[in-house]
Amino acid sequence: MVREDLGLTGSKKGCGIGDCGACTMLVNGVATFSCMMLAIQADGCVVETVESLAENGKLNKLQQSFVDLGAIQCGYCTPGMLMTATELLRRNPHPSEKEIRLALSGNLCRCTGYQKIVDAIKAVAGE
Amino acid sequence: MSKNNSYKILNTRLPRVDAIDKVTGKAIYTDDMSFPGMLYGAILHSPLAHARILNIDTSRAERLPGVKAVVTYKEAGTQPYGVSPARYDETIFCHDKVRYIGDEIAAVAAVDKDTALEAVSFIKVDFEELPVLLDGRHAMDEGQPQLHDMYKNNICARVNWNFGDIEKGRKESHIIRTDHITSKMQDAAFMEPQSVVAEVDSHGNLTMWSSTQAPHYIQRTLAMALNMPLHKVRVIKPAVGGGFGPKASCSTVELATCLLALKTGKPVKTTLDREQVFLHSRARHQFFHTMTTGVKKDGTLSFLEHHCILDGGAYASFGIATVYYAGSLLGGPYRLKNMKYDGYRVVTNKPACGAQRGHGAVIARAAFEVQLDRIAEELGMDPIELRLKNVMEAGETTCNELFVSSFGMKEALEAVRDSAAWKKKRSLAGKTRGTGKGIGAACGFFVSGAGYPIYRSKTYHCTVVTKVDEVGGGVTVSSGAADIGQGSDTVLAMITAEELGLPLDDVRVVSGDSNLSVDLGAYSSRTTLMTGHACKDAARDIKRQILEVIGGKLNIPPEKLDLKDGRVVGIDKDIDFSALREEYLQEHKGFMDLPEGPQLTFREASRIAFLEIGSVVGTGSYRPPKLGGSFKGATVGTSPAFGCSAQVAEVSVDLETGEVTVDNITGAHDCGFAINRTQVEGQMQGSMMMGMGEALMEQIIYNDKGRIMNANLAEYKIPTSLDVPHLDAIIVESNEPHGPYGAKEVGEGAIMPVIPSILNAIYDATGVRIDELPVTPERIIEALKKKRENK
Ligand code: FES
Ligand code: FES
Repeated sequence: MVREDLGLTGSKKGCGIGDCGACTMLVNGVATFSCMMLAIQADGCVVETVESLAENGKLNKLQQSFVDLGAIQCGYCTPGMLMTATELLRRNPHPSEKEIRLALSGNLCRCTGYQKIVDAIKAVAGE
Repeated sequence: MSKNNSYKILNTRLPRVDAIDKVTGKAIYTDDMSFPGMLYGAILHSPLAHARILNIDTSRAERLPGVKAVVTYKEAGTQPYGVSPARYDETIFCHDKVRYIGDEIAAVAAVDKDTALEAVSFIKVDFEELPVLLDGRHAMDEGQPQLHDMYKNNICARVNWNFGDIEKGRKESHIIRTDHITSKMQDAAFMEPQSVVAEVDSHGNLTMWSSTQAPHYIQRTLAMALNMPLHKVRVIKPAVGGGFGPKASCSTVELATCLLALKTGKPVKTTLDREQVFLHSRARHQFFHTMTTGVKKDGTLSFLEHHCILDGGAYASFGIATVYYAGSLLGGPYRLKNMKYDGYRVVTNKPACGAQRGHGAVIARAAFEVQLDRIAEELGMDPIELRLKNVMEAGETTCNELFVSSFGMKEALEAVRDSAAWKKKRSLAGKTRGTGKGIGAACGFFVSGAGYPIYRSKTYHCTVVTKVDEVGGGVTVSSGAADIGQGSDTVLAMITAEELGLPLDDVRVVSGDSNLSVDLGAYSSRTTLMTGHACKDAARDIKRQILEVIGGKLNIPPEKLDLKDGRVVGIDKDIDFSALREEYLQEHKGFMDLPEGPQLTFREASRIAFLEIGSVVGTGSYRPPKLGGSFKGATVGTSPAFGCSAQVAEVSVDLETGEVTVDNITGAHDCGFAINRTQVEGQMQGSMMMGMGEALMEQIIYNDKGRIMNANLAEYKIPTSLDVPHLDAIIVESNEPHGPYGAKEVGEGAIMPVIPSILNAIYDATGVRIDELPVTPERIIEALKKKRENK
């Protein structure tokens, strides 16, 4: 529904059954696999997607860190990774590497080996 | 290691050119596209692994409201196609037989997805079931079900090579051992399922957007199978969410979607679901390797006798190349004078296998590197010392006539040895073998671009056309090259920016479109070297034209001028260019940011050049020189250059549960020269993760009917952020003479040492060798149990 009716195609579909995390959005601030959710369940909730991260055309710190540290290859997992990391950093602004890896464990990435994604989140968390 | 040269752009860590689009959700992948009036396609797959088709009844599907077209072989025809012209064994839809569960029988276009799927379920097919062949090891045996008339005894391809003198090698050997390794079929598990949009314009031109790795080959296959002139077919690759090989071959979803668009006159989109991605496969073959290797007393390799059966599933796809690669790439990185190889690629009633990262060579490499470890142990030699003793150097040619023009193998091996503190840890582990902690090493060797195209042709492998903005200032690089996430657009932009002295932001790259230029695509780790050459030449062509105009106006030989930091500069002395500025200023009355000072900006220079000579367009083309020997199949494995890599893995194994934890991976790869250091590391780290998955967890599981039992990303396990340890990537630069700026591959070579270094580490940790991949906890426990019983 978000992709087709609202035209917000930033969130991706890698599996449609809750296995990959590519579709992660924040629903009332909680990282959620949107493929597992009916639009009606989100009725009245605040939904945040990757499109909402940059403000006035300026990347936020986390996005900038992904760009600068090379946390992106094909980019298909990136929107989901960013949303999961956003939730983590709101909850826990200074996570350890372990906590970062734990938070990301539902988001699959086949390109990066996760190293640069973890580095990019760490760089923001360490500030 | 850090940057140590005079480049401004190259060899840095500049962010990739598509990074911002990818963190804002703006990057458009195929499934993100839509057109007014667009229809949705769906595909009917065979529910049986082997059966004759008796009748297909589509009438009920056609009657369903909202259905716009139903197509089967009757509409599609039965023109055979495939990857290698000698093995065209596929048709768009099955017509006589189905050969695996998932084989495509029909497709539907309807006004929405649900209707299309419903219509598919209404198609009635009558089958006559045939005996099913699932075990590749026995596919060649007498009396087995036969899949294709063209493949007698189910042999799709065979290779029998004999280089040097095996018998002489045998006589010289002090130790000879034979070992086996088998693997399972594996999936590439790219995150983006294949998606296709096709449209036909009012002049009959077909345009297809597809998540493909190889627009050029796909264009050819579409034209051939759909019987259309090549110039009427255009293939465009939007952003692609990973490919790793399987997206390099033309798929039924591409052909069927085009057919539906041709038939309905409407744009049609078909996107596979994850299960269909597994069914379509075209990923890693199953390998059954037997290797016999001999070494002299001092550890010098004396021969390798190698036998391999590759189970390739139902169709050839890239499999001919796979069976050759599985043999040819053992020619390096060690000096090996005598090598015999017998490879058989067979067909079975399973999804077709094709190319996947490290094409054909990954499991062979694992088998050989494990065997070297066993030999080192028998010799009482350190496994890294044994390797160092045998590694080739730049300027050498392998026994199968592969010439290595640059080769940082020794450096890579020493780098991982030292960085991972091998000497200290290994001696520790040597004493503590079997106590649950282990360390292992391995090397790898890979092509930097296939030396020949897939179809026999003298074609250039790539061309690049770079055009300067006629208003002056920026440039646009046009190329058919396919950025599938590996970052080739960024490489092309960086090369162009470096040559023209421009900031990266002033270079636009448009790519992945068969209308823009010929480019064979993203496979065999070819783009940086090959398209990089063409791109460099195109940029230099532009530079020459601009400097000729400017030099001509000032009476200065163009070779005394250069482009630097966005300006024209004199090479041996400062030059005052301001006299040339007048023309530019006159044209730009009212503009705010007019240039000043003695130097001429690129913006002015490029505009002045246009005013003088018209469009400034630079072109570059590349094809490799004649490579390789003259024996049968000598072309596969050839390359203008070879990458090499080494890796040390450290693991912990729970001896009770068999659970393996990879604690550390240190890899070094010789990429010749890193155009973008961050991206080189990224390719290495991605390779480490993929190899780790293949070593420890990834396997397609079939039931006895040939159905995949784990066609989803929960049960087909790939490594998560918790499984993968810190990945340490060391860049080695050997300055490849045949590469642009000395660059060669990294995309695939880096995966070569991953699996064997982990296997060798597991042996060190457990004292048992597992010769069946992936090394799951169950297999470890079983091996440990066996070992205890044998004591
Ligand atoms: S699309 Fe994979 S979890 Fe939602
Ligand atoms: S960057 Fe490709 S899946 Fe993560």
